[in-house]
Amino acid sequence: MTERSGSESGPAHKTLEIGMALLIGVFGLVVIFGSLKAGINWGAEGPRAGFFPFYVGAAIVGASAINLWSAQRHDDGRLFAEWGQLRQVMSVVVPTAIYVGSMPFIGLYVASMIFIAWFMRWLGGYRWLTTIAVAIGMPVVTYLVFERWFLVPLPKGPLEEWLGL
Amino acid sequence: MEELANLFHGFAVALQPYNMMLMIIGITLGVIIGVLPGLGGANGVAILLPLTFSMPPTSAIIMLSCIYWGALFGGAITSILFNIPGEPWSVATTFDGYPMAQQGKPGEALTAAFTSSFVGALFAVIMITLVAPLVAGFALRFGPAEKFAVYFLAFCSFVGLSKEPPFKTIAAMMMGFALAAVGLDSITGQLRLTFGVTELLNGFDFLIAVIGLFGIGEILLTMEEGLAFRGGNATINLRVVLQTWRELPAYWMTSLRSCLIGCWMGVTPAGATPASFMSYGIAKRLARRGNNFGKGEIEGVIAPETAAHAAGTSALLPMLSLGVPGSPTAAVLLGGLLIWGLQPGPMLFVEQKEFVWGLIASMYLGNLAGLIVVLTCVPIFAAILRVPFGIIAPLILVLCAIGAYSVHNSTFDVMLMLVFGVLGYLLKKCNYPLAPLVLAIVLGDKAEEAFRQSLLGSQGSLGVFFSNGLVSTIMALGLVALFWSAIQEGYSRLRTSMV
Repeated sequence: MTERSGSESGPAHKTLEIGMALLIGVFGLVVIFGSLKAGINWGAEGPRAGFFPFYVGAAIVGASAINLWSAQRHDDGRLFAEWGQLRQVMSVVVPTAIYVGSMPFIGLYVASMIFIAWFMRWLGGYRWLTTIAVAIGMPVVTYLVFERWFLVPLPKGPLEEWLGL
Repeated sequence: MEELANLFHGFAVALQPYNMMLMIIGITLGVIIGVLPGLGGANGVAILLPLTFSMPPTSAIIMLSCIYWGALFGGAITSILFNIPGEPWSVATTFDGYPMAQQGKPGEALTAAFTSSFVGALFAVIMITLVAPLVAGFALRFGPAEKFAVYFLAFCSFVGLSKEPPFKTIAAMMMGFALAAVGLDSITGQLRLTFGVTELLNGFDFLIAVIGLFGIGEILLTMEEGLAFRGGNATINLRVVLQTWRELPAYWMTSLRSCLIGCWMGVTPAGATPASFMSYGIAKRLARRGNNFGKGEIEGVIAPETAAHAAGTSALLPMLSLGVPGSPTAAVLLGGLLIWGLQPGPMLFVEQKEFVWGLIASMYLGNLAGLIVVLTCVPIFAAILRVPFGIIAPLILVLCAIGAYSVHNSTFDVMLMLVFGVLGYLLKKCNYPLAPLVLAIVLGDKAEEAFRQSLLGSQGSLGVFFSNGLVSTIMALGLVALFWSAIQEGYSRLRTSMV
């Protein structure tokens, strides 16, 4: 693994490039496997369900092999991203994952309030007043626009039930 | 002359007060979407698509297409004022637009950009009006083999024309086809690639993919840069607008050239982004003051903006007449057609006259309304950008989640959206193009159906794709497009070896 000699370090671009090619290649193998299960030859009514995806899977594996080979060959010593940058990215991905995962249990509105408040307070560093205003305002506006105006139901949790919405 | 009557009928539809209102709402939302980072045309339309499920299709497409025009306009605002391209196709606009703003001429740059956008769009709409019915009439005679050949050509153009490495384009595209294949096979009714997961019975919805790949992925990319955001001031007044308009006709050659480049790149699925770069590059080479490009030359704003807007608009031509969208946003609109119960393709021009011509008429009106809205409201839109990213980002993430949920009322889709988001971030960082992936998810089923039906007719012989002049020509064009970069390289090698 090559790392830049600067003050910040991080994973090499090459490593990620190889990882991506491998990941896509494995996906291709899964597609081939699934197609074989569905049947790739001709049946009574023409080509069977796995016929087309099989060749698609084969193309994915083929293209990934070439991408892997060229990723292996090139090495410009570039960083994929600095660790600090990746930490920034993860500081969004992890709470978003929690947000998305909690949605079926506490409903979209409550989850959104907590998520917005967390984001603004800890990542944005806003005052509590601003934070709370936006965190409560946005779900309320969403409720009015989606549920009342356009009649699109959004997932609700115990709080909405208690409020009788 | 039947078309002219149809067009007037279309204007009557588009001018209904309800539709006019949706048009203005669409444009305004679109500009906001174009201005905000992380919300682009494609995923902006995707998020708002569920809101239109209950509308009549004509009104729905008018609103959604106006969001698209708005986003095209909005991208220029951030490029010129903040040096941040709101959309990929406005990257080329930053080269000269931002220096102009720095030199105290933001009003001139914005006016030039908006006006050029309008000119490009108008050119493309006129072309659509004249050409689309002809193409559709021609395409009515297509059998399954010809249909597949058209898909083949569309996807091969991606490989040949995109600036990403060809095998990465192929890998991304094939992933799209594989994702499209998951679920119920439309021909045999058999389940495939679900591996026993019930949530996958209906396959992957491309709207979820669009919201994740373009929306969440973009936010993650922006997060990498941190939350800091600086911006300049925008002032635009009537005097500046009129003064700039007096200057613009002198650049008619550049405009016309950019219109043609844009239309060509928009109809072939290369899209608005390469069109804007190509137009900028050619203008730089041909302009008298070409050496000044990059230092704040007004021609350097006109060229990319005209081409991007012409390409963005003409991307609807193949979508309407052939059912093959020319850009990711056009693909989302096509998905909308399917949801509203319309069958995209040449039959639209026969069966849904009101819908087609209402849409085309709304393109004229929508772009005019767009020009007026952006010229008058630039300071407001610029102010939106000054809302810090720390507030905007969570709101956009919540909006994406709402959009993803409301497609099928499923929280599983929201989780899927996040997976697509992380995937989009990684793919983008590793130079895999996202547009062919999305287009393949949208068109995968139809391409496969056409492919299998052709093979059924020919008892499995691939010769069916070269069985007559028409289908062979399209397939041959596709093969040329597929190997275009290889052909180019071979040609330049040949030339250097001869010298």
